[in-house]
Amino acid sequence: MAEQIPLVDYLVLGNDPHLVANECTSCGARFFDRRNACASCGRSGFTKVDIPTEGEVRAFTIVAFAAPGVPTPYVAAMVDCAGTSVRANLINIPADPEHVSLGMQVRLTTEVVGTDDEGTEAIGFGFEPKEA
Amino acid sequence: MATDDVWVLGISMTKFGKHPDKDMVDLASEAVLGALADGGVTMADMGVVAAGSLMAANAGMGQQVQKQLGQTGVPVYNVANACATGATALRVAMLAIKAGETDMGLAFGVEKLSGAGLLSGGTRKDDSGVYAPSGRYGAVAPVDGRIGTDIMPGVFAQIGMEYGHRHGGTSFELFARISEKNHAHSTLNPLAAYSKKMTLEEIMGDFMVAYPNTRPMCSANCDGAAAAVLVSGAKLATLSLEQRRRAVKVSASVLTSDPWEEACQVLPDVNTLTRNAATLAYEQAGVGPDDLDLVELHDCFATAELVHYDNLMLCEPGGAVDFFNSGATWRDGSMPVNVSGGLESKGHPIGATGIANVWEVATHLRGEAGPRQIEGAKVGLTHVIGLGSACGVHILEKSAA
Ligand SMILES: [Zn+2]
Repeated sequence: MAEQIPLVDYLVLGNDPHLVANECTSCGARFFDRRNACASCGRSGFTKVDIPTEGEVRAFTIVAFAAPGVPTPYVAAMVDCAGTSVRANLINIPADPEHVSLGMQVRLTTEVVGTDDEGTEAIGFGFEPKEA
Repeated sequence: MATDDVWVLGISMTKFGKHPDKDMVDLASEAVLGALADGGVTMADMGVVAAGSLMAANAGMGQQVQKQLGQTGVPVYNVANACATGATALRVAMLAIKAGETDMGLAFGVEKLSGAGLLSGGTRKDDSGVYAPSGRYGAVAPVDGRIGTDIMPGVFAQIGMEYGHRHGGTSFELFARISEKNHAHSTLNPLAAYSKKMTLEEIMGDFMVAYPNTRPMCSANCDGAAAAVLVSGAKLATLSLEQRRRAVKVSASVLTSDPWEEACQVLPDVNTLTRNAATLAYEQAGVGPDDLDLVELHDCFATAELVHYDNLMLCEPGGAVDFFNSGATWRDGSMPVNVSGGLESKGHPIGATGIANVWEVATHLRGEAGPRQIEGAKVGLTHVIGLGSACGVHILEKSAA
């Protein structure tokens, strides 16, 4: 099996792929990026927390026109994972408004998004519809 | 007129659209000369210059325009603040007057965007080399289009959809109807980049950019400039009756940034800072939404206009859909919104936008808007928002002189 690397460092691969956030130890605000301090309370203590892998689609758009090289159409969304908002694509679903809806229940999944010169696969994540 | 008030003495905008034969200095100069003439003053009267341009943020536009119109040696502030750049320039000139450094100042904004496509979102090439995490998310490859979208039509589409998820009632057709209104309004505005009426079918059937925003539901990239001369109340009291009669009072001037909210670094929260700005502005002006005769708000996309009805408190909380469906925001409704045609048809030369919307409202307050005049307009509000985020709200009042 090819070597794999997560597309972003807040995606944890393995048997149970999930996202991990930096949570402020003072106020509980959560962030996915490298932090200098907390944007909510200004303090600088953080701890890693696992983000639930199931959630609800709170907003989406179907991008039909993108920058050169970005395949379209794709569904971009904000998913509410038990109180933590996550930015992601919706995948494994036709990119049309008949199939995508607000309030949809979804779960995290991963996919190969590219391979580098040494054969390492970049693994991205998205959310797919939860089976009824 | 209270001596600590600030007034718009002169104001002007160029026609928005394609100006292939004019550079940014030409466009800015046209607007500035227009504003000076409108106010009956000259560059020599200006004690401060604030110049706004986003794409040419490092070009020193203020000094470039001085070098064409008058190098008087006064302080120049070149400002950039996303789509709130023009409103920020206006505020900078106002702050200098409020601080007592001068009694008259010039603010202008200019942009050349004709033919520009998407203003955000990363070009992607085939992955090559060896993956190595970089940046604040430790990304090994571009994420635009892989982890959500960076393109503005898509970001603002989600902002409108999120409102629909919270309050219900939204649809592709509803958002398209907002665009239909603004395109209908634009037919009365000779300075609009596009002034063609569009049917609902034409709007919905046009090129889809990011569902539910089709091309005519997006702000129009174009060239343009706008400029304003501001004056202190004390100075205005010494000017002619005609200048006092046409002066427009700036009853409120507010700039906010986005306070931290859950999700705000995931999908930009354009709501909280707009609501905060509006609340402060109504307080400063001592007026409420019911007192407004017209509103020019930041319809960078049709999906954005809807949420700002609520954010600016023009309707009941959560009631933006019903409010729009009542017809209130059409020019013959109870709360005319974007009678200029809005950014979707008037156009959005970014640096100019936050002064051009003040020009629109001021022109109605002066009773000089011709066929598109909102009769008897006495109070109006302007709003811009730049992602990042910055929100500018101004409330303007007709002179009692
Ligand atoms: Zn905190």
